[in-house]
Order: sequence, then structure tokens, then C-alpha cells
Amino acid sequence: MSKTEITRRGLVGAGAALGGVAAMPGVALAAAQLGNTLLNVSYDPTRELYKEINAAYAQYWKAKTGQAITINQSHGGSGKQARAVIDGLQADVVTLALAADIDEIAKRAKLLPANWQSRLPQNSTPYTSTVVFLVKKGNPWKIHDWPDLIRPGVGIISPNPKTSGGARWAYLAAYAYGLKHGGDAAAQDYVRKLYKQAPVLPTGARDATTTFAQRGLGDVLLAWENEAYLTIEEFGPKFDIVYPSLSILAEPPVAVIDRNVERHNTKFLAEGYLNFLYSPIAQDIIGKHHFRPREAKAAAKYAANFKPIPLVTIADTFGGWTKAQATHFADGGVFDRIYKPS
Amino acid sequence: MIDLARPLALPRPRWKEPSILPGFGVGLGLTLTYLGLIVVLPLAALAIRPWELGVSGVWHELAQPRVTAALKLSFGLSALAALLNAPLGLLIAWTLVRYQFPGRRILDALVDLPFALPTAVAGIALSAIYAPNGPLGSLAAKIGIKTAYSPLGIFIALVFIGLPFVVRSLQPVMQDLDAEVEEAAQTLGATTLQRVIRVVLPALAPALISGVSLAFARAVGEYGSVVFIAGNLPMKTEIAPLLIVIKLEQYDYAGAAAVGLAMVVIAFSILIGINAAQTWFARRGRP
Repeated sequence: MSKTEITRRGLVGAGAALGGVAAMPGVALAAAQLGNTLLNVSYDPTRELYKEINAAYAQYWKAKTGQAITINQSHGGSGKQARAVIDGLQADVVTLALAADIDEIAKRAKLLPANWQSRLPQNSTPYTSTVVFLVKKGNPWKIHDWPDLIRPGVGIISPNPKTSGGARWAYLAAYAYGLKHGGDAAAQDYVRKLYKQAPVLPTGARDATTTFAQRGLGDVLLAWENEAYLTIEEFGPKFDIVYPSLSILAEPPVAVIDRNVERHNTKFLAEGYLNFLYSPIAQDIIGKHHFRPREAKAAAKYAANFKPIPLVTIADTFGGWTKAQATHFADGGVFDRIYKPS
Repeated sequence: MIDLARPLALPRPRWKEPSILPGFGVGLGLTLTYLGLIVVLPLAALAIRPWELGVSGVWHELAQPRVTAALKLSFGLSALAALLNAPLGLLIAWTLVRYQFPGRRILDALVDLPFALPTAVAGIALSAIYAPNGPLGSLAAKIGIKTAYSPLGIFIALVFIGLPFVVRSLQPVMQDLDAEVEEAAQTLGATTLQRVIRVVLPALAPALISGVSLAFARAVGEYGSVVFIAGNLPMKTEIAPLLIVIKLEQYDYAGAAAVGLAMVVIAFSILIGINAAQTWFARRGRP
């Protein structure tokens, strides 16, 4: 056993310890002993969502199998979380902001097959979301659509698209607006002007929200829809949500990390967990936390919260994540070329 | 007659320090093993990593304007912060050591707080105070000075985390400083200014330099407290450690290691220079 293997084990605690025990020949009789701990490695704005879903799943699992389980959650910028899993964080499931980050785990660490996204319904995305504008109460800058953001004096807050999944969706939404109103050249021109209006570049979505809501920096926050609602719930009615004329259908995908669940003996538990996300119970929780549910009943129940605006998709407008990532966010890509801090 | 068997009196490194205490071999062995394991091994791993880009690749990586800007910002502001902490740390240490007043012990304990605080907490606290809507930030904004989310904000954070290093390096040396030496200087007719410059400062110089270099080294590597107050704009307020993290998050391991290696080389050269200066001062300051 390699040295890194041991250190990685050391990092994780309960789940890995179980795997280690099962691997020892003397304790092989424990083959029937299933792991009872899951680690869900997720992105920034899902803390509250998964806290509630985890409790519901633990209850459901206990009722179904009699086994008591613990689900641990880890949150951070989507790219950072993917890298942690590549570097050995023992995630049983990942629930990240965009498919490109899970692709990286499949490509670099080979912890799951490349076709992971076809294993669960709807591109492995149990819910969707979008990018909206959060402005100060009463909308003093009269911001109604994308062109308003590049008026002189307006400060926009959005994280660094290089490190934040949400910021990549926001960038692509802005780009899609430019595409629709003049093609590639116009789109590049628009995002260039847009990022000139950014006084800071936080590294993650939560950091951006704090900068905007607590530090009072900037006039518009380009936010995940759920994060915008959450901010209003947290900080009271100091803010308004503005829906632009067009945005993007954000599809945050989920996947079981095959190699890790084999090691922890948690395959059934992990697969059950992700399937549970599509269940009516979980879909209702998803709607409650301002993510857009896939299931019809939950979607109808919370429909009033989600203003129906035209949403472009990553597949139709940008040719999928692999292509979008390479064109826009790789070193030397469009973002690097257009970004110049003012 | 010249005794040929006698070695020339050159200061040459020797294997054995004459000491009445036994255990030189064991001591040196343990020192080398420990330093090798804790310091050299990880640094060697860092030094190997970037070369998968090739020599020209590493050079290309480091010559990017964004990388040079980040390195300049990190080392420049760290040096400035450490230099500001020199006189201020000296003053604080002097006050705490030489004077008795109510609350001295509390002040003394306060000095350690920047050590003890998790850096992220320090960063959040500093950015709350210096943000445009914070108590100090709004005052500064009124006279047109931008504190948080500007290089000045980074400077403030680096001064904050560096202060204890200077104070704590100076305090024990000051305590050992005999007041009689100063009194002797006074009886010999030295003015106050002369006493400070010719008697006190030379004795304190080695400790001051070591405190300043510690503060500098810490500031160069500081991440947690800075990222919250910096604003993180590439080319403007993006520190080198953050650039390394950003490169890692783009899976650019070799690029990140290249920047890391550059930081180690620069910091190591500067620290060797400071060490040399310190030795010089120590010889000179010896009574």
C-alpha cells in the first residue's frame, strides 16, 4: 500500500476507517457490514439545502433498512471541491455546480467513468437554477436588464469565473445575451465592459454575497437564484430580485464517486441518496430552498417563486461544458483575453 | 621557529564544537533528519514539480504580467509592512518593558492576538472595519482614501499579522539590557540621542532585524487574512499565494508550483541577506 494511500485514509475518518477494516483479512467476515457514513462534497450555496435533505434521507433510510446513517457535507467553490476530490478527499458523492468539474474528476483521477452524466435521469441534474440580479431595495440604479449593468458608475459583484462555478454560469448568461444581440464580437465586447464594472473579484459565491450584502460593495450582485432569495431571507427586505430578459439554465449535476464507494462499501447508500434527490420529498425540499425542482408536482407548488424567463442551455448555446470550458475559461481563453481590471 | 603542526588561525567551519556537553553526533544527526523530513523534502517536491513544463515553460509561466504583478505586490507590501512594524514594534516593546503602568499585562497579552486568531477570522474582522460601510473604512472614504479592496487594505492586514513578531523578538533582549550601561554613557557625557543611537539601538539591532525578517516572511506567505480584504483583482490586488490557489483550482499544478518555487527562491535569498546583515550587526553591537 502506498504512502499516499495511508495519508489519504487518515484524512477522512469514519467512512475510510470502515473501508480499511473490511480490507483486512481477519475481519473479512464483516463483508456484510455496509458503510454507514456518506460524504457529500458540494458547492457553495447548497449548505442549507443538503442539511435538510440529509436529515430526510437518514430518516427514510432508517425506516427502510433499520440502519442509522450519518451524512457529512463539505462546501466550497465548485472547482476547489473537485480538486480536493481529485487530490484524495474521500467523497462518496459529489453534487457540484457544473458538469465540467465532475468531468475533471473523471478525467484526471479516473474515480468514475467518463459517461457518468448519463447514469441518472435528466443529465444527472435533479434540479436546475438560474442567474438573476440582486439589487438594493427600490432598485436605485433602475437596473432591469443586462445592458443596464454596463452603464457608467454601476458596480457589479460576481466571483472570479476561474474559481467559482456560479460565476461561470453568470458569465455565460451575460455572453448569451450578447450573442443574441449581435453575435460573438458583440458578446465579447459586452462581457469585457461588464467585468470592467467589478470593483472586486471574490473567489466564491458566498464570498460575493457577503461582500455585496454585508460590506455594501457594488450595486448589483450576479447571483444564483436561490442565493438571491436566501440573501433576502437572511438580511431582510433590503434587496430586490431583478429578472433579466434572458438568462441561463444552470444544471448543477450529481454523481457517485465509484472508486470511493467501493472502498467505503457505501455503493447502495450513495446511489440511494442520489436517487432520493429525485423523490417527491426531496423535490419539495429543493423547491423550498429556491432551487427549481424537476418533478412536476413540486415545480407546480413553487411555480410562483420562479419567474418564467427565457433560459438558454449550455448544450444548445455553447456546445456543452467541455467546449465552453476550453473556449472561455481555460488559460488564454476568452475570459483571460477580455478581462482587464479597471 | 614556526610550528607547522599548528593550524592557521582561519575561521574555518569545524566538525566539532568544543563543548563539555556530550551528544554532538546525536544532536547533529537528529537536526539533519528532522530538517530534512520537515523542511527539505516538501521543498524538494515543490522544486521538482514545475520542470514538467520545461525550462522555457517555467520561464513563460513566471514572465506572465499577472504573475510578476502578484509577486511584486506580495514581496513589496510584505517588506513595507515589516518596515513599518520596525519602529512601531520597537516603541511598543519599549513601553511594555521599560514602564510600569496599570493594564500593562493586558496590553502585553493583546500583542499576541494576531498570532492566536485564525487568519480567516482576522481577515473578516479587518474587512468589516475597513469596508466602505465599516467604521474606519467610511471615515477613510470621506477623505477619499480606499482602504479595504485596495493595496492599502492588504498592507493593513500584513501590518496586523506582523506586529507580534517584532515585539516578541525585542522584548527579551530589552529586558536583558542593563540600565547601568546607559547610565555609564550618561555619566561620560553622552546626550539622550547619542545614548539611543550608539548604545541602545546597536544592542537591539540583531533582535530587531530578526523580528522584522520573521514578520516579512510571515507576510509573504499570508493568505487567510488577506484574501478577504484584498478584493483579489488580477494585476492590482491579487497576492501571489492567491494566484497559486487559483492556478490549483484550474488544475494547473505545474504552474502553481512554478510560482511557489519563485516565491521560495526570492524569500530565501532575502532571508539570507537579512541573516548576513544580522551577523554583521551582532558583531558590531557586541560590547
